[in-house]
Amino acid sequence: MNNIIKRFIPQILAILFVVLIFGFLTLNAQTNMDNRGIDFGFDFLSQESSFDVQFSLIEYSGSDSYARAFLVGLLNTLLVSFISIIICTILGVIIGVARLSSNYLIKNSAAWYVEFFRNIPLLLQIFFWYYAALRALPMPEKANAWFGVTYMTVKGYYIPAMVWENLNVFLYCGLAAIISIIVMRNYASRLRDTQGKQIPVLLYSVALLIVLPLLSFIFGGVSLEFEIPELKKLSKISYIYEGGISLPPELIALVLALSLYTSTFVAECVRAGIEGVSKGQKEAAASVGLTPNQVLKLVIMPQALRIIIPPTTNQYLNLTKNSSLAAAIAYPDLVLVFAGTALMQTGKAIEIVSITMLTYLTISLTIAAIMNWYNKKIEIKEK
Amino acid sequence: MQTFNFLKPNRDNIKNYSIIGSFLVLVSLIDVISNAFLKINLTSFLPGSLTTLFPLIIGLIGLNMMRIDYSGNKTLDLLNKNINTNNFNALLTLLILFSIIKALPQSLSWMIFDATISGESKDACTGTGACWTYIKVWFRRFMYGMYPNEFHWRINTAFILVIALGFVGYFMKENLKKYLALYYVIIYPVIAYLVIYYLISGGSFGLQWVETGAWGGLSLTFIVSFFCLIFCFPLGMIFALGRRSNLPIIKYISICYIEFWRGVPLITVLFMSSVMFPMFLPEDFFMDKLVRVIIAITLFEAAYCAEVIRGGLQSLPRGQYDAAKSLGMGYWKMHIFVILPQALKLVIPGIANTFLALVKDTPLIFVVGLAELAGMLALAKTNPKWLGFAMEGYIFASIVFWIICYAMSKYSYNLEAKYKTER
Repeated sequence: MNNIIKRFIPQILAILFVVLIFGFLTLNAQTNMDNRGIDFGFDFLSQESSFDVQFSLIEYSGSDSYARAFLVGLLNTLLVSFISIIICTILGVIIGVARLSSNYLIKNSAAWYVEFFRNIPLLLQIFFWYYAALRALPMPEKANAWFGVTYMTVKGYYIPAMVWENLNVFLYCGLAAIISIIVMRNYASRLRDTQGKQIPVLLYSVALLIVLPLLSFIFGGVSLEFEIPELKKLSKISYIYEGGISLPPELIALVLALSLYTSTFVAECVRAGIEGVSKGQKEAAASVGLTPNQVLKLVIMPQALRIIIPPTTNQYLNLTKNSSLAAAIAYPDLVLVFAGTALMQTGKAIEIVSITMLTYLTISLTIAAIMNWYNKKIEIKEK
Repeated sequence: MQTFNFLKPNRDNIKNYSIIGSFLVLVSLIDVISNAFLKINLTSFLPGSLTTLFPLIIGLIGLNMMRIDYSGNKTLDLLNKNINTNNFNALLTLLILFSIIKALPQSLSWMIFDATISGESKDACTGTGACWTYIKVWFRRFMYGMYPNEFHWRINTAFILVIALGFVGYFMKENLKKYLALYYVIIYPVIAYLVIYYLISGGSFGLQWVETGAWGGLSLTFIVSFFCLIFCFPLGMIFALGRRSNLPIIKYISICYIEFWRGVPLITVLFMSSVMFPMFLPEDFFMDKLVRVIIAITLFEAAYCAEVIRGGLQSLPRGQYDAAKSLGMGYWKMHIFVILPQALKLVIPGIANTFLALVKDTPLIFVVGLAELAGMLALAKTNPKWLGFAMEGYIFASIVFWIICYAMSKYSYNLEAKYKTER
């Protein structure tokens, strides 16, 4: 009896507490909204948004609905996160490996890089790139070409656009290449397990990836042309580049700040991972006669990755959440487009903020769930 | 191949090789330095691209000649071991050295030699370098925001008092030490709140009322992070214990709370506190924006704190729990006297990291219109009298934040080393 009371009283109290808080808040919201004549509902999503977004991946104009504006913002968020994740991974791996270098200068430069970028608030870094560094770039008419065809100007980075013909055939070929690589890998590993034969999987994979898409150019009628940005005079003093793709300075500043900042954390994860594999493993692998490449590929990397991947994914998640700082420099991401402009116009504070938070929550929880599944899969199975 | 032996350094020709090698490296360094500092191109007689590559090639050859295993010369061995183990390393060494030398004169002249610090207005800045006059003139604004100049002593006094009160624990008598936790968790926050309220806000004791809208600058960063810090820790502890509880409802409430806050970005939480939260309050109940922001950040960081503390709780061996229970301790007695003291000691670095993240997150309150350092910079940047000094402003702010955060991270390493106990 005593035990039952001990178990149930705290739980009932906790439930009561939560219910009371939520009830109190809902009641207040109800009265407040009644007084101000606001009604609760998600009908506004299908209404015409009548505001413009500077930069969007999909067709969008003011006559589209709020739901589409939401989609535009979400895609922009995902775009900036995706680019930054790729750059920060590359940088992070280089810096992380450099921190373990035997070269005194490299080791210390890498360490200072990490200490430097990690200890400055991300928002300040974004501001620095956007308001200070990128503003020092030349005007379009004075810009020098980078790699001959791209132009870095104060109005953004202009790169050539690809104009495809029969793009779908090309994509199918790429897909076919990937599928055949997977099939080949499975076959190769079965061959190794049963007969002990090794085939150069990597070489074949690269060959497949190059040859199949190439075939599509020759036989599939695929063609690719580049549309190169060209300088055009708008008025006496104002110039602009036309054609090609223009990456707005907001995007560049955001990608720079996010990837430099997050790469320091990725570098620390990589360093910890490589340090976490004991030296004995390497020596043991070498002593059974594996080549240095095989040691790295078959012994060190699988163990290091097991340590590296979970915290690194966490950093990717942080990066995606941090990309919401875009709102501070007016890059049209989810927060600016939806929780900023759309909220200002509709006044539906509760609905819009909840949708925004739920979106981020969904992204986070999905990645967390995938991570948990992956962790279970790669866990060392002890007897 | 006997004939080519003279190309490889060995024991017999160490001296020649090290002298020739170091001479070549010296030549390459002199070339780069004269290029960067004196703007003299020593190798202008060479064709085009070779001029730029010259120091690199010469330096590489020199380093290659110097690479002698166990030469017996201590300095040479040290150099070879640390920066010159193979050609690739030598190349990287040279590249790093050259880029530092190339970057130094520009940044030095911009930051120091050509910079201006005298004068009281923009007109003083005529040089090509940085305009530190801007920082000098705006310094008080950057530190104290729009807080009236004549009352700045109130902020200073409040901070000194709060810090002094924080150190009370060090000087407490031995027989009072058992109340230390009580002091820091309950009494200290209350006193600190009262000090800051009565001194900085004013309104009584003959002090003029200054509304929170006027607070700003770095002092606001400190105020926000201080309060979030002292409130989020106990809250995080509660949810960490909740998540470890074997009562299902409490456990799931804690999990929901933690996962919710950890899944959303802080900026949306701040948006929530500024536009959505007022809707959930009783009609005639007004809550200051600053208070709302502090509550929002506290709730947010508490989730992160909880996860860190949970990590510490989980890493304690079961034996500790069993031993405490076998002594007849109840849940609370066991946690307060056995589990938490050990677990908290383990999570000090993690907690310090969370606090570091908290300090780095405070500039975000700028998005809801509170002008701490980043916000004041944005304000100063658009002032028509001081246009065009964004670079100086952000560099100043970066240095300030960098020093704070770097000191915090170093301090956390120290704490970690201090509380490390063999287990």
